[in-house]
Amino acid sequence: MKLAGLIIVMICGGLLLTATQDFPAWGDPSSPASTHLSPHFITEALHETGAPNLVTAVLADYRGYDTMFETVVVFGAGLACILLLRTYTQRTRGREYRHIPTGIVIHIQDPNKAPKGQREFQLIDNMWVPHDLIIKTVCRILIPFIQIFGLYVVCHGDFSPGGGFQGGVIFGASLILLALSFDLRTFLEQMSEKALGLLCALGVVIYSGIGCMCILLGGNFLDYSQLAAVLPVDPGHVRALGMLGVEIGVGFSVMSVMAILYVNIASAGRHNQGL
Amino acid sequence: MLWQIDLVILALVIVCAIAAISVRDLLGTAILFGAYSFMMCLLWAVMGAVDVAFTEASVGAGVSSVFVVAAVFRTTRRTKD
Repeated sequence: MKLAGLIIVMICGGLLLTATQDFPAWGDPSSPASTHLSPHFITEALHETGAPNLVTAVLADYRGYDTMFETVVVFGAGLACILLLRTYTQRTRGREYRHIPTGIVIHIQDPNKAPKGQREFQLIDNMWVPHDLIIKTVCRILIPFIQIFGLYVVCHGDFSPGGGFQGGVIFGASLILLALSFDLRTFLEQMSEKALGLLCALGVVIYSGIGCMCILLGGNFLDYSQLAAVLPVDPGHVRALGMLGVEIGVGFSVMSVMAILYVNIASAGRHNQGL
Repeated sequence: MLWQIDLVILALVIVCAIAAISVRDLLGTAILFGAYSFMMCLLWAVMGAVDVAFTEASVGAGVSSVFVVAAVFRTTRRTKD
């Protein structure tokens, strides 16, 4: 059976390699990709959309409708991860507590005898016990800068490489770093599962809400020039601001989905303790 | 760019790909997977697609590696096939 699989893979790979003979040369100016829409984008995008970054102009303005459904796909991925991994049955297993004055770690089997509310006992995870002062301090210093960089990537997506997707991933990475350096319960106290889900839906609502606002103002769906009626800025800059708005929506969704994926994978869906 | 740099990056991409599917330690596979994504990020940057390189660096080399490592810690570290 492994040999048959290898033969099938070799045949498919051979077909793909044979089909590459019909490809135009890389960078060929007469290839269909270079003659159909690219000349219009390259020459007119800056004038029509006000965004110097052609990738963001195509992604958020010309193909804004498609990108909205990409945001819905990201939301669907987070939802599928919750449906597949989330479990609400807590295992009845012992707990470890650290006695802070002495540093002794005790294991309590019966949950009813757990020292609740006492400041001297600290609940610790039995798989990952981060107690490293260097890691905590360095991450505490680094996380705000990572978040500022994520915000910069979102806001400057019109002018430089980046956008809502990349910025959302970087911001989500800062949340994952918080969960890694402290522990998962500390992260979930700051940002609960419900908050993450609401933020994810809020991203999609922001994106489609901007589109609906353009319709209410008399234009087409996601036609940002209609926002000039409510934004007191230069009309030539309104489309770029519309793109910024939808990029913020994408950033919200992607950031929340990154955190949702990590929390569910790291804790095996229990959300009580993890990496 | 220089064809020497292109050749080195392409060779490293192939080496990381073959190593990632050959190593039996899944944690090593996760690291090699991150290295593969970073090499692909360099390829995109060399070809001038900076937005795609950005996405490959943040999603592939960054967050996906964390997900794979977390999944490895939740399953087993030694592969059985």
